[in-house]
Amino acid sequence: MTHASELPVLPKGKAADSGLTAGIPREDAILSAANLTIAFAALLFGGLAGLLQGFVRSGYLELPSWISYYALLTAHGVLLVLVLSSFFSIGYLYAGTSKVLGGLAPMTRNFGWAGFALMSVGTAMAAFFILAGKANVLYTFYTPMQAHPWFYIGLALIVVGILLNCVGMFITYQGWRKQHPGQLTPLFAFFSNAVFVLWVFASLFIAVFVVGLVIPWAFGWVPTIDPMIGRTLFWAFGHTLVNIWMLTSISAWYVSMPKVIGGKVFSDSLARVAVVILVVANVPGGFHHQILDPGLSVELKFLHVIQTFMIIFPSLMTAFAMLATMERAGRAKGVTSLLGWWKILPWSDARFFALIVAMFAFIPAGLGGIINASNQINQVVHNSIWVTGHLHLTVGTTVMLTFFAVSYWLIPFLSGRKMTKVLNRLAIAQTIIWASGMLIMSGAMHINGLLGSPRRTANTTYTGHEAAADWALYESFMAIGGMILFGAITLLIYIWVQLAFFAPKGETEFPIGEDDSKKDVSPLFMDRWAIWVVLATLSIAIAYVIPLADFVSGHNPGSPPFLMP
Amino acid sequence: MRIHHYEKLWLIIGSLILIIFLSILAVQTFVLDMGPPSHAETIDPQSVRESELFANTGLQEVGDKEYEIAMIAEMFAFRPGDLEVPVGSTVHFTLASPDVTHGFKITDTNINVMVVPGHISKISHTFDESGEYLILCNEYCGLGHEYMANTITVK
Repeated sequence: MTHASELPVLPKGKAADSGLTAGIPREDAILSAANLTIAFAALLFGGLAGLLQGFVRSGYLELPSWISYYALLTAHGVLLVLVLSSFFSIGYLYAGTSKVLGGLAPMTRNFGWAGFALMSVGTAMAAFFILAGKANVLYTFYTPMQAHPWFYIGLALIVVGILLNCVGMFITYQGWRKQHPGQLTPLFAFFSNAVFVLWVFASLFIAVFVVGLVIPWAFGWVPTIDPMIGRTLFWAFGHTLVNIWMLTSISAWYVSMPKVIGGKVFSDSLARVAVVILVVANVPGGFHHQILDPGLSVELKFLHVIQTFMIIFPSLMTAFAMLATMERAGRAKGVTSLLGWWKILPWSDARFFALIVAMFAFIPAGLGGIINASNQINQVVHNSIWVTGHLHLTVGTTVMLTFFAVSYWLIPFLSGRKMTKVLNRLAIAQTIIWASGMLIMSGAMHINGLLGSPRRTANTTYTGHEAAADWALYESFMAIGGMILFGAITLLIYIWVQLAFFAPKGETEFPIGEDDSKKDVSPLFMDRWAIWVVLATLSIAIAYVIPLADFVSGHNPGSPPFLMP
Repeated sequence: MRIHHYEKLWLIIGSLILIIFLSILAVQTFVLDMGPPSHAETIDPQSVRESELFANTGLQEVGDKEYEIAMIAEMFAFRPGDLEVPVGSTVHFTLASPDVTHGFKITDTNINVMVVPGHISKISHTFDESGEYLILCNEYCGLGHEYMANTITVK
């Protein structure tokens, strides 16, 4: 394992001449910053939509007639689930990979900028049609609901842009391997590559759906579409997206957290095994969103449940590795008591504090996920607002707090500034406010879901039905949680602006952990992605060949479009 | 590659729990017949309203306290309207959509199934407790989605 001790070798040529920002070429820093800027704007606008939704659903606010609750809901989903997560993962992983591999290849930058341009234009187009009320289809855009055809073109541009970024990452990763034969890639680069491999799998499914099926149908060239194929392709993408966030997040847990707490990476090889299992086993998990669908047999659904649960294994490995990393860091500092290592963790460092709160949130989030995917138990919670609560624990708390933690070193790293004591304290406060807001909102959503309240539904009393009367209290809690969260977003944006433009100049490190023991280094074949891609394709085939062949060969009568509105 | 023995123990215990858990799910699904609704039968969405299956829209008594009903889930109503059955009745619901995807949920029961255009969904439930249950659409189906609800009264 060479990554931590090796000095970055800058590629010769333009990059090396154009100066460094805190250890990475300036061009890479600008590309990363551009991606992060869009991600942060998406958080602001997506969060604002979420705030308004909370008020509408609880009956505190009536929207003006030109915008519907469902337009806000669509904006919230598209901006946060798709735009924020993709731009952030690209900005963060490109910067970190540039750091550990000694700069991105010039060709990678070209692909990165081309991808950035397409994704930005696509985002602007999608946002325009959503706000114009021409795409009230939510971020899942289930057919045969139909939005304005150019809304789908916007989505397609985002996906193609992501694919260009994937190509960019592969060029740098494989280029480094060629220049360093016999050497293992740094763990961070391994994580990055894994995320972009998942992006390819995710993008292919959604590209086939959007470009191959939806766009021809939306422009009227094809009269009908099969909604079941659409749901299946969408969730193959949608659930993979979930693991893209998770893998992006745990890259910071595995690689950066040890350095932040003054420890070392617990085990390089086990970290890579966890990554590989996530990549190989992930896509079929999408089917647990379709447990209550018609047209899929009970046996097939059970197979999908087993495949979904394969994800639990790497999660258990991660839980062990995180605590082991923390304990070893404490022991190395001379702590001998049973739990003394826990007390001496750097609780007052916002980078660590946000990370550990994120990790804690993943305990109930993961348990909720197991409940959702448990075949017949899914019937109790499916499409209830419980699921929305679950999403806000997973992506809203675990992933977002990890992204915030990353931003506390990534932004000053890119801007050549330093976090001040005051900003650090504000960031700790931000973490507490965010976690409390989510606890209140997501807790209320979980309870209301068990009481039967549906997700994705505007304010209604169901003509005063008593079942719905029980929900009102928790809807108020959802609105209160939303308010707290929006307060946390404004505080966060203040911190980000300070870190980007006003904090004192200085050098901030991008924390990259060293290996604890040379014995834990992975065998070289771990870097041979062809193996993992083949295995992942196999696991996808096991899950998808039967149902898709069934739908396609089918006697499935298609659906004509229903325009929304 | 080296695995710490505590980690081995942790992973073995975790895997055992997972296997036990999946076995329980399997027994419930395949032995106790508690599997999720998975009816597989197609229907042309454009012919749902005219089809014979959905022509007779009302509760049909098919046995002692056993009923069948064919319901159309459409934007933004379930047809026919409100229902009424005696306590202890088992009701077999058959559903299809002539337009977009809907969700069929009855509060305070485990009735929950997707109604996807092109497919017929089936689900059954025995109503052992009296009361007025709310039937609602739990999949977003358009700007009037929140109005899509009925009741089933059990007395």
